[in-house]
Amino acid sequence: MTLPAIECRNLNKIWNAQSHAPLQTLKDVSFCVGRGELNVLLGPSGCGKSTLLYLIAGLDEPSSGQLLCDGEPLQGPSPERGMIFQEAALYPWLNILDNVGFGLSLQGIGKAARNAKAMELLEAVGLQPFWDKKPSELSGGMRQRAAMARALCMNPKVLMMDEPFAALDIQTRSKMQDYLIALWQRSQASILLVTHSIEEAIGLADNILVFTSRPGRIKTQIKVELPRPRNPRDPAFHQLQDHLADLMADEVNRAFAEQESAHF
Amino acid sequence: MIGVAKTTRSAQAGLAPARSMMIRAKLGRVLGTLFWWVLSVGLFAGFWEFAWWMGWADPLLMPPPHLFLGSWSDQLKFFDLRNTIGGSGDGGSWLAVLKVAGWTSFRVLAGLLAGFVLSLTVGILIRYYRLFGNLTLPLVSLLAPISPVAWLPVAVFLFGIGDKPAIFMVFVSVFFIMTIATLAQIDDVPKSFVHAARTLGASRRQIFLRVILPAILPGLFVTLRVNLFAAWMVVLIAEAAGVGSGLGQIVMMARNTFNASLVFFTMSVIGVCGLLFDWTLRRIQEQVLWWIDDNGTRK
Repeated sequence: MTLPAIECRNLNKIWNAQSHAPLQTLKDVSFCVGRGELNVLLGPSGCGKSTLLYLIAGLDEPSSGQLLCDGEPLQGPSPERGMIFQEAALYPWLNILDNVGFGLSLQGIGKAARNAKAMELLEAVGLQPFWDKKPSELSGGMRQRAAMARALCMNPKVLMMDEPFAALDIQTRSKMQDYLIALWQRSQASILLVTHSIEEAIGLADNILVFTSRPGRIKTQIKVELPRPRNPRDPAFHQLQDHLADLMADEVNRAFAEQESAHF
Repeated sequence: MIGVAKTTRSAQAGLAPARSMMIRAKLGRVLGTLFWWVLSVGLFAGFWEFAWWMGWADPLLMPPPHLFLGSWSDQLKFFDLRNTIGGSGDGGSWLAVLKVAGWTSFRVLAGLLAGFVLSLTVGILIRYYRLFGNLTLPLVSLLAPISPVAWLPVAVFLFGIGDKPAIFMVFVSVFFIMTIATLAQIDDVPKSFVHAARTLGASRRQIFLRVILPAILPGLFVTLRVNLFAAWMVVLIAEAAGVGSGLGQIVMMARNTFNASLVFFTMSVIGVCGLLFDWTLRRIQEQVLWWIDDNGTRK
C-alpha cells in the first residue's frame, strides 16, 4: 500500500485560544490526499478551508492533531508543497520569467538552467511570448497562470490552491480550469483546491470534501467519477450539482442563523 | 562632432519612422513642459516687474528680477571660492557661485544619504529584533516630532562649527521620519508576497533580501524625495547659524547688510539647486525602481 501524499489526523485550529473569545475554525478534520489526486475543499465562506491549506503548506501550525507528509510529520513550508493564492502574488520588481524562476534562484540554481525550466513552464501555461513582461502588464488570468508556473517550477508533490480563480470572470475561469487540468495531468502532483463554487468543484475534482460552516468539519466526501473533460450539461453533472447545493444550503443557513443569534 | 552625431541620428530616424515619431513625440512633450515653465515663472516675474514699474515695489527692499539678476557682477564677489568659516568672499566669478552651491549640495546629499541608510537599517532592526524594537521605538517616537531647528544647538554642541553640524541637521530632519516610514512600509508588504516566498523555500534571510527589501525601497525613495525639500530648508538654517559658509550663510549676511538684491539672487540659486536635486532623484527612481509610478504606488 502506498502512503498518502498528505494525511491529516484530528486537526483542530483555535484562534486566540487564550483569550475570552476563542474561535475554533477547524474541528477534528481527518482525511488523506492520495498521490496524484485532485481534491477540492468545498464549503461556505469562513469555514476554515483556507486555514487548512495554510496548515498543510506549513505557513501556520495546528492547535492539535497530526499532519503527515509522505508519512513524516510535516515541518514548516517546503517547495515540495507549492501554494497558489487568490491574488497571484507575483513580485512586481521581476519580469514574468524571473518570477517563475524565483524558487529555483532561491536554491542557487544557475541562470541558464533556471531560465530553461521557467521557459518550459511558461510554454505549458501559454505565456511564453510574455516572458519579459512585468506582472502589471498582464491580465488577471495570465497572472494566475504565471503563479501556477512559478509553483510548478519546483516540481511540488502537492499543489495547494486557495480560491485561485475567484477573482476572475466566468469565461476566464473556465479556461483556467482547462489549463489546470492539463498541468495537473502533466505534473502528476496531488492538488488541493479550495473553492466555494459547486460547479468548479464538480468540474475539477476526483474527490470533493464538503465542509460544514464554522467550526469547519468534513461533512461528507464525494468521489466524482465522471469522465474528463466534464460537461456541465451532462445530467449526472446536474444531479451532483443539486445534491451538493442541498448540502451547502444547510450549512449556509446554519452559518447565517448563528451570525444573527450572535447579535442578540 | 555634434553635427556628425546629429546626422547619423536623423539618418536612422529616416530608416525607422516609428522611432522618429517617438523622438518627435518626446520632443513635443519636453517643449510643452518648457513652455509652461517659462510661462509660469515669466508671469510671476512680469507681475513683479510691473509692481516695480508702477512704483509699488521699493527697489531697495523688493528689487525685481531685472535688478537683482542684472547686478550679478556685484553679487558674485560675495561668493567665496574656499569653503572656509567667515570667508569674506574673494570669488567674484560664477565658479565661486557653483562652488558655494556645491558645498551646500554636498551637505544635503551627505545628510540625506546617511539618513536614508541609517533609518532603513534601524527600521529593519526594529521589525526583525523585538528587543531592539522595544528599546528604540519609544525613543524614536518621542524624538520624531521635534523640529530640526531645535536640534541646531545640539548640532553645534556636538560638532562645533563646520560641515558636520549641517550634515547632522539634514540627517536629523530625515532620519526619524524615514525610520517611521520604513516601519510602515514593512508592515504594508502584502502577506502573500512573504507566504509565496516561504512556500517556494525561502529562508528568513532570503525573504528579507529578496522580498521585503525590494518591496519597501520604492516607497522609501518617495519619502526621501518628499523630505528632500525639508532637507534643503534645514541646511540653510544650519549654514546660517553653524557653518559659516554656503548659501545659507550668504542669505544671512545679505540680510545683515541689507542687501536685498543678494537675498533674491541667492534664493534663485537655491531654487535651481533644489529643483535639480528633485529632478535627479526622479530620474534615479525611474531607472532603478521602474515598477512603481511617480507617487510610489505600484504600477
